[in-house]
Amino acid sequence: MESNIEVTGLRKRFGAVTALDGMTFTVAAGKITGFVGPNGAGKSTTMRVILGLDAADEGRVLIGGQPYRALRRPLRHVGALLDAAALQPSRTGRDHLLWLAHSQGLTAKRVDAVAGQVGLGAAARRRAGGYSLGMRQRLGIAAALLGEPRVLLLDEPFNGLDPDGIVWIRDLLASLAADGRAVLVSSHLMSELQGVADHLVVAGRGRVVADASVADLIAAASGDRVLLRTAARPEAMTVLAEAGATVAVTGRDTLTVAGLAAERVVALLTAHAVPFAEVAGHRATLEEAYMELTRDAVEFRADGAR
Amino acid sequence: MTGLLRAEWTKFRTVRGWVLGMVLAALIIVLLGVFTAANNYSSCEGPDGDDCPAVPLGPDGSAVNDRFSFAHQVLDGDGEVTVRVASLTGTITYPPPDHDKIVPGVVPWAKAGIMIKESVRQGSAYAAMMVTGGHGTRLQHNFDGDAAGSPGASWLRLTRAGDTITGAESADGVRWTTVGTVRLAGLPPIVRVGLFAASPCDLTVTQGDLGGTIGKCRLARAVAAFDHVSLAGNPWTHDDVGAMRGAPALSQGAFRESGDTFTVSGSGDIGPYGLEGGQPVERTLSGAYTGLIVVIVVAVMFITAEYRRGMIRTTLLASPRRGRVLVAKALVLGAVTFVTALIAALVAVPLCRRILRGNGNYLLPVSTATELRVVLGTAALLAVAAVLALAVGALFRRSAAAVITAITVIVLPHVLATASVLPVELSQWLLRLTPAAGFAIQQSVPEYPQVTGHYVPQMGYYPLPPWGGFGVLCGYAALALGLAVVQLRRRDA
Repeated sequence: MESNIEVTGLRKRFGAVTALDGMTFTVAAGKITGFVGPNGAGKSTTMRVILGLDAADEGRVLIGGQPYRALRRPLRHVGALLDAAALQPSRTGRDHLLWLAHSQGLTAKRVDAVAGQVGLGAAARRRAGGYSLGMRQRLGIAAALLGEPRVLLLDEPFNGLDPDGIVWIRDLLASLAADGRAVLVSSHLMSELQGVADHLVVAGRGRVVADASVADLIAAASGDRVLLRTAARPEAMTVLAEAGATVAVTGRDTLTVAGLAAERVVALLTAHAVPFAEVAGHRATLEEAYMELTRDAVEFRADGAR
Repeated sequence: MTGLLRAEWTKFRTVRGWVLGMVLAALIIVLLGVFTAANNYSSCEGPDGDDCPAVPLGPDGSAVNDRFSFAHQVLDGDGEVTVRVASLTGTITYPPPDHDKIVPGVVPWAKAGIMIKESVRQGSAYAAMMVTGGHGTRLQHNFDGDAAGSPGASWLRLTRAGDTITGAESADGVRWTTVGTVRLAGLPPIVRVGLFAASPCDLTVTQGDLGGTIGKCRLARAVAAFDHVSLAGNPWTHDDVGAMRGAPALSQGAFRESGDTFTVSGSGDIGPYGLEGGQPVERTLSGAYTGLIVVIVVAVMFITAEYRRGMIRTTLLASPRRGRVLVAKALVLGAVTFVTALIAALVAVPLCRRILRGNGNYLLPVSTATELRVVLGTAALLAVAAVLALAVGALFRRSAAAVITAITVIVLPHVLATASVLPVELSQWLLRLTPAAGFAIQQSVPEYPQVTGHYVPQMGYYPLPPWGGFGVLCGYAALALGLAVVQLRRRDA
């Protein structure tokens, strides 16, 4: 089975509220795709539709070319972490994994292996009701990994994890993607995904606002502005304007140059013997890019809260 | 499906509360049975001592009534007997409304006629043609065989050929109609043939002060005059079959010969024995519906616990074909309940029987097939009721509402119908229309139309036959499970 997810034109309404409004994106194999957006952007609904839990009014989702409901022993193809608190509190963690294993024709041996892999250890034989949030998260991830699936969907996996846990899960996700698996990770905080995701799908108001690699997103938000510090401000402005740049004065000895790359700015100033103290390319953070993209969605949320 | 069943079984056995719930249900079934049995005493006092008289057993081993007045002769080999019943009259003691005098009267099932019987031993094989007080002529044999003739005939004939006996009737003694032919297996060549009369008591049922009904039975006697008796001229012997010493004079049988007319009078009845005369096997399983309450709670939790924690989503991720999930849950729960209840029943029945017998109670004999039906049926009853409760839980998704609803539709109607608080008709309709109809599977002794009896739920008689009542419960369970599957398929999880 091909390991990817194709989401095409999902629309869904809950009464008067439009939850999904043409959500379309693809999750490729061998990459970690971050799925970000403010609360209410439709991330969780999209994930539930992908997993066949909710039905969309329109559109379709294919996992490796098949709808989820058509999969036999689906946990062997797709692993998912939705709500780590969804446990019978009086059942032990191991028994929780055991019934899941039995439903997929897997054995207790696989259960013990995966419980060890996520570091549940001795806690696996304790009642899940007594687990900390972090332990439940690990148990949920163990359940997702149980069938050694080629496709993984994790809804807010960083919630409740301590810094060690966050590092652990980042490494785990990276190794899963390196194996060629398709990994979709949702978060409402872009900062959690920085340095983890290879590709980002940004959702807002039930549709995709941006769908690009992390590098492209940052470049788009940064533009090609260059910061210049020089004592010879008028000379610099003349030289750069003649070369076609738009120059703005931002301080007594600082300028912002748009329309020229940093290397070209240095070459021009050197050629015309204009002295300068500093030339720096401006680089936006992922967070800034995200804020830019989701401004509309946030406004919408503020409207909704009124 | 195998994986799904295995997963649901793993789910069930790994929640200690549910396993303990099933153990508790089994304990309740056994202990309530023991408690009921230990509090049931029976004793008799009479001129023959304090032992209760033995209840006669019919040719098939079931308990029977065999008490009547019989004037008889020897019949060696094949033969035929013909009589005319000139009159059937009788006496009823202290009937309503004033209960102050003995009046002439014939009860509907008073009977008199001719009989061929293996011997005068109670319970021995027989066939008889008779006229009755209110049900026309009948051909009855071996206690539970009953074939109706016509209302107006007064001429009766029995013909014996080997072990088959044919009954015929006539209005004028000229044109004869065969009512039926019966076979009395193993009938010896030399048997008794003669005239008989019997009258069951006069049953009146009154409304109780607190609802329900009270049945009272008053002594009655039938007096039959016969003429055109083909046996006339031979010597007669009269036996008051099954008479008890010290019984009231009115109940004692008599025989008088006057010219061509023979008069036989007697009390009693010939027929199958009802529930009232002893302890039926289902009495040992009276804890079943209290145990069922615990089973219902476990059954409901088995599904609502998943909704409460959102675990239903995990379940549906593992098995996106939703109908199968509910069916697998129902099968696992049904099997667990069946085995639990079966073990409880297999312990309770012999244990309670011993206690009941020790307390002097008479245990109604029951055929192996019937006992199997009662024991396996009780286990199946609890299993199907558990499936119904599971389906209700799936529909409601909330424990409290589902438990209350399931108990209200399954257990409560049975309690109301058998606790003498409702009029009989209402009780019977409850046990026809609600899932409580399934309890009929426990009834070991059927209602016999040819025996006067107080056939009401409080006495242990269900309005539907055992499998019919069980079918009603199964219908409800299938319907609820079907609705739950449709709802689970349609709704977002």
